[in-house]
Amino acid sequence: MYSVADLKKGLKITLDGDPYLVIAFEFSKPGKGQALYRTKMRNMITGGILDRTYRSGETFEPAALEERQMQYLYKEDNHYTFMDNQTFEQVQMSEEAVGDSKNFMIDNLPVDVLIFGEKAIGVTLPNFVNLRVVQTDPWVKGDTSGSDSKPATLETGYVLRVPPFIEEGEMIVVDTRTGDYSTRVRG
Amino acid sequence: MTVNWGLARRREALGARARIIQEIRRFFIEGGYLEVETPLRIPAPAPESHIDPVPADGWFLQTSPEICMKRMLAAGYGRLFQICHCWRAGERGRMHVPEFTMLEWYRAGTDYAGLMDECERLVRSVVEGMGFGGKLAFRGGTIDSAAPWERTTVRDAFVKHGGMTMEEALERDVFDEVMVERIEPRLGNGRPTFIHDYPACRGALARLKPDDPTVAERFELYIGGVELANAFSELTDPVEQRTRFESEAAFRAFRGQITIPLPENFLAELAEMPPSAGIALGVDRLVMVLLDAASIDEVVAFTPEEL
Repeated sequence: MYSVADLKKGLKITLDGDPYLVIAFEFSKPGKGQALYRTKMRNMITGGILDRTYRSGETFEPAALEERQMQYLYKEDNHYTFMDNQTFEQVQMSEEAVGDSKNFMIDNLPVDVLIFGEKAIGVTLPNFVNLRVVQTDPWVKGDTSGSDSKPATLETGYVLRVPPFIEEGEMIVVDTRTGDYSTRVRG
Repeated sequence: MTVNWGLARRREALGARARIIQEIRRFFIEGGYLEVETPLRIPAPAPESHIDPVPADGWFLQTSPEICMKRMLAAGYGRLFQICHCWRAGERGRMHVPEFTMLEWYRAGTDYAGLMDECERLVRSVVEGMGFGGKLAFRGGTIDSAAPWERTTVRDAFVKHGGMTMEEALERDVFDEVMVERIEPRLGNGRPTFIHDYPACRGALARLKPDDPTVAERFELYIGGVELANAFSELTDPVEQRTRFESEAAFRAFRGQITIPLPENFLAELAEMPPSAGIALGVDRLVMVLLDAASIDEVVAFTPEEL
């Protein structure tokens, strides 16, 4: 159980049955009035933003969140399926909940899946993932246009900027936190 | 390269802060006020519902210097000012440190309307003395402190910004929430605003307005949405004052808050206090507004976390 004194950015609480992340927080006290704790929270399932003002003495339930090690299996319609490495149990997640992570997910990728109750609500990828370049223009030797990067399409369909020497069919390392090219896969 | 870089980079703000305090002093000394120092540790601060004092060796650190300064008024000192530290337990945020600097001044023979005029003159005099030329840049806007300041009643502000009447807000027990969420952010933008005539229940030491006893003769000053000062026509009736203190103390007891004894010497001397008005202004916040600081942390030498 949390009290208003525990409120701060990053705290995860349960509200009206949903998990919320506190994204902004301010202590207020109007002249001669009572202490008020103004918070802005994001619903971790719907992404909706909520403003709430609390008084001293109010309490909160922590969000019952659990991270489980799983692997990504496949996408069907608008759902992504993951499998628990220990129990082999499979869970599905909406495209909305997967978010930008879909740009870097290839079959059998090990991931951490965030579970709220029975529901998979988010996925955390390894910081670096190896992905194959399926399309990029060849490097024209002697090109003096001065451009030091070119677009490349990955096997997931994601397009990013890569150095000119990267060739079609090559494996590269992508930083999943920024979505940027990191290095080419050696070997 | 200094070790405490955070402290070193506040040099400019702390320099300006010192000059602002000198300007405040100059204004009052030229106005015939006596600068006083009263004890910071006292046996009984005024009991108020929502202000928690810090206990200190059986007594308390003052939450405001008002009890001692009003005893001086009662003893015949007609114009007093003090710049001192005050403590309020648990108050910490972008606009709060639990130990802060207060300016209080009291004047016999005037009421809250007279203090509004004087407060306006004080802030103008400080702004001019600092060479800011009347236009203050604050949080992306401009505040014209030279233009006539806005004066609005709490009632009008609730109707205009609050989406409900002051009476409804009290009835539904959301007065503070509406004030903080809807009204405060709209006060003092463009020019400073005095908001006055608070509900009678929101001024434990204020005189009620003779022609409308549902409100107290109390005002607050806001600049750029920031509450800077609180003032009132002082209640001088010791019987009424005791009743109000007892009701504040009962509220505190009901909520399990720290018990504060009644300031008996003050109550005994209050009958001799002439009609007066007094005001408390947060010096740290005035510095914040004048320097366009985003947080009170930028204008104090040390925050509690840095000690």
